[in-house]
Amino acid sequence: MEQKTKVHAEDGKQEILIARDFDLPLELLFRAYTEAELVEQWMGTKVIKLKSEKHGSYQFETTDRQGNKYSFSGVIHECVPNEKITRTFEMENTPFPVQVEFLKFEKKTENTSKLHIHQIYKSVAARDGILKLPFTFGINMAHNKLQEIGSKLI
Amino acid sequence: MKLRRDVFQAIADPTRRMIISLLAVQAMTPTAIAESFDSSRQTISKHIQILSECEIVRQEQKGREIYYHLNPNGMKEIAEFIEPFRKMWDDRFNKLEAVMKLKIHEHKK
Repeated sequence: MEQKTKVHAEDGKQEILIARDFDLPLELLFRAYTEAELVEQWMGTKVIKLKSEKHGSYQFETTDRQGNKYSFSGVIHECVPNEKITRTFEMENTPFPVQVEFLKFEKKTENTSKLHIHQIYKSVAARDGILKLPFTFGINMAHNKLQEIGSKLI
Repeated sequence: MKLRRDVFQAIADPTRRMIISLLAVQAMTPTAIAESFDSSRQTISKHIQILSECEIVRQEQKGREIYYHLNPNGMKEIAEFIEPFRKMWDDRFNKLEAVMKLKIHEHKK
């Protein structure tokens, strides 16, 4: 299968470059990032606050199957419609340091667009820690699934 | 059970990354590796030992000499490192696309 999302994380660097082509007009792609109702739908998170403007900020809260709540937040430094968003990102109550994200929205054609995310981490170790996260998530998801199937058998 | 070192410890140090680069070109004796660096022979020896424990390099006896060469499987594990992260983003973006396509559809109705 074609890999739609490209992730570039060079050894020994404290940054990650993510790029993705969308089969969506640029305006819609930008809205998916700036409107609370839309963010809630695709991120699967509750949006407590989202002020998409310079000096604005955001706060998301995700609840897992066990009812544990996870808070994500940051401040918005730049928000230029259909062009770019510069913001910080923090996973609250975790040892992961705050990261900076540069989001660039690019128009390809009338109906297609591209998103570039440039993430910068406090250290190489912090970045590598983030890269290892999906393994943990993957294991949790597998466990949840196991739990779900297991419950049905009881 | 002996605790196996993580392959990522192999690439965590700049000197070890240099050693990997050298060995990528050709197999080398510990003496030849040490001569490529200003650090003491002892320091380089320690780095080689860590690389061996990480299973990034392998020893090969050729006559009287020991040669170190790169283990391609160890390197592959590093390359596969970011794959789950990419997959996570891919899933998330697929959802974004699906949600927004629904918006276009609703708008047209």
